[in-house]
Amino acid sequence: MATVDGSVYHALIARGVSRRSFLKFSAAMAGALMLPAAYGPRIANALSTAKRLPVIWLEGQDCAGNTEAFLRASHPTVAEIILDTLSVDYHETIMAAAGRQAEDARKATMKAFPNGYLVVVEGSIPIAEGGIYCTIGGRTFEDTVKEVCAGAKAVIAVGSCAFDGGLPAAKGGPTGAVGVSQVVPKATVVNMPGCPMNVQNLTAAIVHFLTFGSLPATDSLGRPLFAYGQLIHDQCERRAHFERGEFVTAWGDDASRKGWCLYKMGCKGPETYANCPTARFNDGTSWPVKAGHGCVGCTMPSFWDQMSPFYGRLSTTPGFGSDVTADQVGLGIVATVAGLTALHAGGSYVRHKRDAAAPPPPAEAVEAGTATGGTQA
Amino acid sequence: MTTLQTPAEGSGPRMVGAPPFPHPLVIRPHDERVRIYVWQVPVRVTHWVTFFSILLLVVTGAYIGDPYLLPPDGSIMRAIRFIHMVSAFTFLASGLLRLYWLFVGNRFSRWTAFVPVTASQRRELIKQIGWYLFVRKEAPRVLGHNALAAGTYTAIFVLFLVQTVTGFALAGMHGTEPWATLFGWVPSLMGGVSGMRLIHHLVMWVILAFMIHHVYSALLVDHWERNGLMSSIFSGYKFVTRGEIEEARDGGMEIEELAE
Ligand code: SF4
Ligand code: SF4
Repeated sequence: MATVDGSVYHALIARGVSRRSFLKFSAAMAGALMLPAAYGPRIANALSTAKRLPVIWLEGQDCAGNTEAFLRASHPTVAEIILDTLSVDYHETIMAAAGRQAEDARKATMKAFPNGYLVVVEGSIPIAEGGIYCTIGGRTFEDTVKEVCAGAKAVIAVGSCAFDGGLPAAKGGPTGAVGVSQVVPKATVVNMPGCPMNVQNLTAAIVHFLTFGSLPATDSLGRPLFAYGQLIHDQCERRAHFERGEFVTAWGDDASRKGWCLYKMGCKGPETYANCPTARFNDGTSWPVKAGHGCVGCTMPSFWDQMSPFYGRLSTTPGFGSDVTADQVGLGIVATVAGLTALHAGGSYVRHKRDAAAPPPPAEAVEAGTATGGTQA
Repeated sequence: MTTLQTPAEGSGPRMVGAPPFPHPLVIRPHDERVRIYVWQVPVRVTHWVTFFSILLLVVTGAYIGDPYLLPPDGSIMRAIRFIHMVSAFTFLASGLLRLYWLFVGNRFSRWTAFVPVTASQRRELIKQIGWYLFVRKEAPRVLGHNALAAGTYTAIFVLFLVQTVTGFALAGMHGTEPWATLFGWVPSLMGGVSGMRLIHHLVMWVILAFMIHHVYSALLVDHWERNGLMSSIFSGYKFVTRGEIEEARDGGMEIEELAE
């Protein structure tokens, strides 16, 4: 693991990054953070002097997908080195140490930097049955998270599981999985949901932290606005096809070859806030819709349950089977009312006939009507 | 507009709404029909504006929810969403006017006619249900909305409110102000954006089902009571007997006041 001596800039130079690409990176980060271009030099300045940041990366119930995203490197970019040169003092998946040695490294960092380290949490935290569904070194993950976050300068929850429980929290999950902010409600947690989160966004958030000493502004769900402030649908390159009413209606059809909109194939871009269309993945190569698959809304709360069916436009109606569409339910409501109406019309007809056959009521009306207009009522 | 024979005078037909003078010998039969003014202009106008905007909202909403039938062309989705929004604003304006009229309208259009506030309204509600279920022979006498219809309309007003709030919350998702700020809290109540969209969709079906019921029960009551109920939503007038006016829960006022 890297030590915390020296600045980020020095680490970069040591890795052969030119000053020019460093400045380009700073400007790009200003863009990613939706800051005016003038912030580029300020970011460069801050990174030049910033001490590298000790990081404790915790993993709970997860698939290590965010770690994969974090480590994903086709060629050494500045961003990658920024992340690389973070002093990741504890990270179960990538650290060489194991067992007691690893736990000691975590404790040493916490002791050496009281209130001075950054915590990244990946994966959900099971709290059912005392948290026994995930234990590390004989302690529940819940316990570890509480202890480590208590002394943290800032906490970043990466991926959908650390955000709100994610997949382990989907219907039927037995572990009582929750997100970080539910376990440590008092800590400043920035959520970076996604399955996985986009590493560019994590880099930008850390750069923000290094530059301004705080994590970026968030929405009501704790997601940074720079990355989660806009609908996918409002940034999508297929939006023009949407407006023109040009839709893919079957996988592999002519429309899909033409790159038309995936709305009818269940794309959840219209209900999902994320910057995938602009940030993209794998060094800006592509993103799901560009690759021809609809968004499944992985950055949204309880996305696995909320956004299903992934290949249908509307969710299914709670209480009805998962193969019953909302329109079938709606048509059922209308048909029921129409049927009852027809029945009632039949009944009314019978009543009408019966009343017509019955002798007329006594003509009490005539005797009662003696009041005059002036005195009536 | 009904006529009446006054044997004492023998002077032929006469407007009931404006008798020439009170005369003790004038016989005013209980079953004589008179014209009463029930639905004021704003009630009728908002009824029809609401109807037509719902029609447009349903048709355009159906396309937005599942775009098919219409061929891709120009900017069809944009145009349809535009019509949907314009209809939504029309619907909202109509709703606001009707809301205002709940407080300043006549006794048939005030909020007290909708919410069963009095015990007699609640008794009437039970009786009316009995009539619909064929267990009671006679429907309760009422000039405006019967308590059951009023309860149904109240529920529909609530659904209209749900549609309005979810609709503008959906518009706000694109960051369109003021909806984003005003209704940003709505999705969290409905289990997320998808849940909100589902509710917006299902409520449309319920409103369509209500329309079937609404037209049927209006035809039924019109036929049963022969009071011109169907034409009243165009003209504002109903034709009821004096007996009905006396007996009706919301009747019992001077006919002159109602006849206009
Ligand atoms: S592909 Fe999805 S995000 Fe893109 S325009 Fe169509 S519905 Fe919107
Ligand atoms: S496009 Fe949608 S599903 Fe895919 S990563 Fe982005 S937010 Fe998640």
